[in-house]
Amino acid sequence: MIINHPILGPRDAQEFVYLGDAALMGRPDGMTAGIEEFHDWLYNRDNPAGEHRELWYHEQGDRSWLVVTRNTVTHEILKVELARDVARAMGRAK
Amino acid sequence: MMRYSALGVIAQALTGHRGWKPVWRDPVPQASYDIIIVGGGGHGLATAYYLAKEFGQARIAVLEKGYLGGGNVGRNTTIIRSNYLLDGNEPFYEFSLKLWEGLEQDLNYNAMVSQRGIMNLIHTDAQRDAFTRRGNAMILNGADAELLDKEQVRAMYPWLNFDNARFPIKGALAQRRGGTVRHDAVAWGYARAADLRGVDLIQNCEVTGMRIENGRILGVETSRGFIGARKVGVAVAGSSSRVMAHAGMRLPMESHVLQAFVSEGLKPLIDGVMTFGAGHFYVSQSDKGGLVFGGDIDGYNSYAQRGNLPVIEDVAEGGMALMPAIGRARLLRTWGGIMDMSMDGSPIIDRTPVDGLYFNGGWCYGGFKATPASGWCFAHLLAKDEPHKTATAYRFDRFLKGLMIDEKGQGAQPNLH
Repeated sequence: MIINHPILGPRDAQEFVYLGDAALMGRPDGMTAGIEEFHDWLYNRDNPAGEHRELWYHEQGDRSWLVVTRNTVTHEILKVELARDVARAMGRAK
Repeated sequence: MMRYSALGVIAQALTGHRGWKPVWRDPVPQASYDIIIVGGGGHGLATAYYLAKEFGQARIAVLEKGYLGGGNVGRNTTIIRSNYLLDGNEPFYEFSLKLWEGLEQDLNYNAMVSQRGIMNLIHTDAQRDAFTRRGNAMILNGADAELLDKEQVRAMYPWLNFDNARFPIKGALAQRRGGTVRHDAVAWGYARAADLRGVDLIQNCEVTGMRIENGRILGVETSRGFIGARKVGVAVAGSSSRVMAHAGMRLPMESHVLQAFVSEGLKPLIDGVMTFGAGHFYVSQSDKGGLVFGGDIDGYNSYAQRGNLPVIEDVAEGGMALMPAIGRARLLRTWGGIMDMSMDGSPIIDRTPVDGLYFNGGWCYGGFKATPASGWCFAHLLAKDEPHKTATAYRFDRFLKGLMIDEKGQGAQPNLH
């Protein structure tokens, strides 16, 4: 698979480390969320067959975190964003 | 129905093999059943068989989206073993290995169960300590384990790369009762035996929804219409999240692709099963002569049943590091299967929040060896509504309660288990 890095252009997926569902970016607030909510965030996954937004870390490159939208049935990569931009769009400072 | 025997085979041979009959019926689904098993793979078929045979249940159906045994039971590398460390796992896998030992007589079906032994190679002193501990845990749970030194390994396989500068072979942890089983025959054997006990095996029947009212399961919507049921057991590892989404559940797992490989046929080289302790590579040799081997999962969510080239290269490198002699052998085939990778690397056999709906899945890439015990324990849970004594730890709530069964100690990162 080739991941079209928003800054570096097309890069081999081998340069990246895979973390999982991009929903992991939405960690519950540790001061207000209960144990059930944390459990659901840490352990449970949608795990869809089809489009999946997921986190890839460019370990052997610029060490940026990317949000890659990829089809889990065909392995086709549909969209690549910097995780930083996605986080800011979610209202986070960084 | 025909019982298989040597005499029967001879009689058929003398009459031109004209007397063989279809091995199971192809029934039309009834309007309702007592128990429906979703998934006609090894685990689902074994569950149906043990429900009928061991737990006295009747009016059972197995619903299969494609054909019987067309999923992971026909795509694995056929290894059986019970060499686990943790208390939540080892009694279960040893129960499974004991069931394998009597399987063919029980089913009256030749599954080619071959206890040719499995050997985990040791490359460092620390690894020897870890494997010694594992071997002791196995023995404490009634399994067999044996620590071999370098010369004992050399006597068996003199052509291994013993003096690799980075990962020299120092010995091995062996389990002589481990081995291989012809995987397709496991599905067929269970299917035939279940059918003989009146289980309806319904193929080309995809579950497209679940009818749930007031927190209770009433049946399943399928591509062949609604089928009612008092109890529904789901055993569809690989597609667990998709099927359980019909009941509104999110599961503690990701689906990943695991590739397997077979070389061209070679003369007898490896008479047991061997694992490389310094990389992820395991190998055995089929009766046709092909080396059957595998390694890591590809590492990203996938439902594709095929992987990518980097893992093929990685597995080939592992093989070459361990046994340079195979360098000229050609790779014949590669394929992939979809694994339920759970959050701690261990399976789940449990009730669900929906009354009458039960779940069996999360087998990661260790489901094949578990087939008999998985079927038995799932049947136990479905029939008695309480877990079998070897499967009490395989619960959904173990993540909430901090009771993970994490053999590798990797935490909630499915692609590292």
